[in-house]
Amino acid sequence: MKKENNHDDKYYHVWILVDYNLGVISSVTYELLGVGRYLADKLGVKLGAVGLGFNIENKTIDLIKYGADIVYIIDDKNYEKFNDEIYSESYFRLIEMYKPEIILIGATIYGRSMAPKIASMLNTGLTADCTGLDIDLETKNLIQIRPAFGGNLMATIICPYKRPQIATVRPKVMKAKKVDTSRKGKVIKPKINININSKLVIIDCVKTLSEVVNLSEAEVIVSVGRGIEKKENLILIEELAKVLGAAIGASRAVVDSGWIGYEHQIGQTGITVSPKLYIACGISGAVQHLIGMSSANKIVAINKDPEAEIFQIADIGIVGDINEFIPELIRIYKA
Amino acid sequence: METLRSDELNIIVCIKQVPDTSNVDINKETNTLIRNGIGSTINPFDVYAVEEGLKIKEKLGGNLTTISMGIKSAEKQLKETTALGVDNTVLLNDKLFAGSDTLATAYILSMGIKKLKTYDLIICGKQAIDGDTGHIGPSLAEKLNIPHLTCVKKIEEFNEKFLICQRMTENGYDVVKMYLPALITVVKDINKPRFPTLKGKMKARNSASTIWDAYDILANREKCGLIGSPTKVLTTYIPKRKSKVEFINGTPKEQAQKLLDKLRISKK
Repeated sequence: MKKENNHDDKYYHVWILVDYNLGVISSVTYELLGVGRYLADKLGVKLGAVGLGFNIENKTIDLIKYGADIVYIIDDKNYEKFNDEIYSESYFRLIEMYKPEIILIGATIYGRSMAPKIASMLNTGLTADCTGLDIDLETKNLIQIRPAFGGNLMATIICPYKRPQIATVRPKVMKAKKVDTSRKGKVIKPKINININSKLVIIDCVKTLSEVVNLSEAEVIVSVGRGIEKKENLILIEELAKVLGAAIGASRAVVDSGWIGYEHQIGQTGITVSPKLYIACGISGAVQHLIGMSSANKIVAINKDPEAEIFQIADIGIVGDINEFIPELIRIYKA
Repeated sequence: METLRSDELNIIVCIKQVPDTSNVDINKETNTLIRNGIGSTINPFDVYAVEEGLKIKEKLGGNLTTISMGIKSAEKQLKETTALGVDNTVLLNDKLFAGSDTLATAYILSMGIKKLKTYDLIICGKQAIDGDTGHIGPSLAEKLNIPHLTCVKKIEEFNEKFLICQRMTENGYDVVKMYLPALITVVKDINKPRFPTLKGKMKARNSASTIWDAYDILANREKCGLIGSPTKVLTTYIPKRKSKVEFINGTPKEQAQKLLDKLRISKK
């Protein structure tokens, strides 16, 4: 690859798109601000945080405290619920207006839906689920590191000729900066005209998960596999999750048995998570499951079979019956 | 370009050939997938996309087409969909397509679909298990100038004008009405895929896919393959393996106590 600076120099500054979950700024936003700040400082440019929503103005100050120099905000009833068309169209207009050189988007369900549409509208490059981001100072290219083949291979990807460069980042992968209440920033309220006669109509947003934290943003996940033996024993997992303040994950086998809903499935045909602590209870560790959780910071595995695959990637292993071990763990933790 | 729609319902399902990882093992020395002797298969999420297409067709009639961009051998996966009851299969195959990133792939698929002319609904899997990007569905919808919804777990209603879907979210699901023509990507929860019948397999054996190259679909070569891909893979490497597992021994009670001690220490 030639080291030439042959992209469009009109594009300037780093942007992060603010991610909301049920009207609240989700944690991935602060993580994006953390890595965005690093990239902006390295390039010597400003960091912008761009938010679309309704009744969100009072939340903008937080974005500055966590690293943004400029907050672009459009507070309008049309943005109350996430609408792929209206959001993508609006972000597209703002990008055309301000021309940022880098855009970071949270790899949430909404973010993963919107990012490829925006990149396609702009005919520019998009890199999914980056775990590392840096700047090549010579070319000013964004160096994007992402896992492929379920994390067994890492790839470094660049977008040398097109601007903006767009990347999505999964929740919990980057670190938020410490809040700095002395930080000052500017708030801009852009005016754009968009067609609100969308081909999408959001009828309802239904919350079904009872846990306080959702799986993709959870710091701790208690995950359950076949070793639970029967559905009735799930109550143990639920209790452990409750005392630890954890979200509940599951292997495909448990979901396919109908013991727990698909929204809990972690792995290749479920979701990918990277919590600080992952407690695998009675999970054998098929490669399809490992793909979805191997990037967890610390993995504790409990399994009857000392040869279980899960121990290949675990940090701490406990050979034993989860139905005996977990009640002890709950009892001692509570004591 | 206005999308043409006919009286009959037309559904297109996009499928991808991926390495068959269901029997795969990790080489513990190099931490890579052992790929020797690994065959190829339909991307698992696409199987649910095909099934959803078949279900709609069974209810409302019409034509179901599967389309794939890939190497010649991807015709095998297209034939598998014929065995399940798909009417037509199209393979977009050209050396010019090699090395396409997700933007270029979406463009090529859009040109193939434009050549098919009529469609009401396009269904894709949520993502492919090799690249894991989930880009193709939304990017393709944009290239066709139609709306899309990702991670659909249920179609509540489907008629000639619109569909009402449940789309998964982190906390539950959204209920969304979307006007046709449109594109959805589906998750595993949406249905239980069928197996091919003997009759279907016979039909598949005697079937052939329509094969189109860049010229056939009027693709601009500047937008295909490596040239048409804004993202470039600079390097690839194998990530470092984690240190070895540390086992905690003892009675369940002792194990539980030691585990909590360890986790509390490492928290600081």
